Amino acid sequence: MLRLIFLLCLVCWPAYAAEEQVVLGLSQDRVSITANFDGSEILIFGAVKREAPIPEGPPLEVIVSVVGPSEPVTVRRKEKRFGIWVNTDSLVVDLAPSFYAVATSAPFNEVLTHTEDLRYKVSIERAIRSVGADMSIQGAQDFAEAVIRIREDEGLYSIRENTVAVDEQTLFRTSIDMPSDLTEGDYTARIFLTRGGMVVSTFETSIDVRKVGLERILYNMSREQPIWYGLMSLAIAIAAGWGASTAFRLLREN
Amino acid sequence: MHIYLPIAEVSVNAFLLFGLGGMVGVLSGMFGVGGGFLMTPLLFFIGIPPAVAVATEANQIVASSFSGVLAHFRRKTVDLKMGTVLLIGGLAGAALGVVVFNYLKSLGQVDLLVKLCYVVFLGIIGSLMFIESLNAIRKSRKAGAPPPKRRQRGWIHAMPFKMRFRTSGLYISVIPPVIVGLFVGVLSAIMGVGGGFIMVPAMIYLLGMPTKVVVGTSLFQIIFVTAFTTMLHATTNYTVDVVLAVLLLVGGVVGAQIGTVIGSRMPAEQLRVLLAALVLAVCGKLALDLLLQPSELYSLGNAGGH
Repeated sequence: MLRLIFLLCLVCWPAYAAEEQVVLGLSQDRVSITANFDGSEILIFGAVKREAPIPEGPPLEVIVSVVGPSEPVTVRRKEKRFGIWVNTDSLVVDLAPSFYAVATSAPFNEVLTHTEDLRYKVSIERAIRSVGADMSIQGAQDFAEAVIRIREDEGLYSIRENTVAVDEQTLFRTSIDMPSDLTEGDYTARIFLTRGGMVVSTFETSIDVRKVGLERILYNMSREQPIWYGLMSLAIAIAAGWGASTAFRLLREN
Repeated sequence: MHIYLPIAEVSVNAFLLFGLGGMVGVLSGMFGVGGGFLMTPLLFFIGIPPAVAVATEANQIVASSFSGVLAHFRRKTVDLKMGTVLLIGGLAGAALGVVVFNYLKSLGQVDLLVKLCYVVFLGIIGSLMFIESLNAIRKSRKAGAPPPKRRQRGWIHAMPFKMRFRTSGLYISVIPPVIVGLFVGVLSAIMGVGGGFIMVPAMIYLLGMPTKVVVGTSLFQIIFVTAFTTMLHATTNYTVDVVLAVLLLVGGVVGAQIGTVIGSRMPAEQLRVLLAALVLAVCGKLALDLLLQPSELYSLGNAGGH
């Protein structure tokens, strides 16, 4: 009994959190989207630094999440009107990350309690926010669920339980697959250390996802100099059309 | 080999795009159509966002029409005067089409509009072509086909603002060609097609132009209308993907030349029945998408622009 109280004190004691800290390594802190970009795998590994011996009690668990840049998303629902399926209701989900992957070292509800999830917004459901939803639309909750469902199908959202390997409660590693349809921006990798479902330490670092080379030039040009971009597209098209016509005429004449 | 498309922001297999471009190129060479009405729906099927597919396809049509019109200029089968009149209507129509397109995009109805347009026009054109070519086959089996009636003098000849079109040998009002051009311009902007499949029948049956100048003249007009559409989409929607256009071009250009050879070895009526069947198949697939309950009722879009 005394031991339990002692443990509870430890859990509630803020200084406790600082006793175990993450030292992190990434296989790459920059993902370059090149012309032949076909997805990427990021290896996330690290160690737990502590001054004191490993605390007794529930073992250390690790959660790693990688979050893409958040953007508002319009979700539309189809309904049957006049015999065909038409978009009718729509709702804006204020913030939905373009990419979200969570890896854990044990089943999710064992590594994190519900209240801690609410506080740190770790699970996919918590990461999406739709405050101020239009209550005149029936089933506003369905819209947020649709975002999760569609993006899970596209491989953009995923929860991968038991994919973080933890050795001796000190070393951990996992790899996060990133699909080829990535949006560029600043991605955040978050690491949570938990004991008995409570977060004891967090660590955050950023991963830069950028289009580079030709992709970068073309994208920037299409946004910043749309007129020149359009003219360039036309020039390429006309040159290709002329080239093809001439080449095949020469072939036929020979 | 996967290629990441910078504007569409999806990664697609380059060989799939070469293949699609080549296949549509063969068909367009065989049947003498631009192929936009087949390529745009195929791009939808492989997961290119509709707005990008429509804008990029307009750019690709510029290339294929330019390649085609050069041959017609050499044979002097382009009616420049008629082409210019059609073009005036076409440019106005394209501008109107892009405005409608952007308005519906803001309402989230652009996919529906594009698909409805496809179902309606492919359905009409496909059925007409199918019936007409079946009749032609039946007639040619019976006896030597009777000479086709042309140039009926009707309401079109009663209109004001008459103009002489020397190459076509016509003296008609400019109003019908401007309206035909306008209509095709709107379709070009909304559907990402050149509109040849509508303009060619309209020029023959409505304006009474001789068949030999029809294709060259429509190609001439299509180059400028699709170029204008490309510019409008590039500057207002930023949806022209030049990488996608180039990949489709390469396959399309080679395919078109192969198709021309195949086409010249097959009888015209059978060719038309095949084309009609193809058009109806694409139309049927799109119609099913609208009529059957989709497996996913929800769809995601960008909120407040990119």
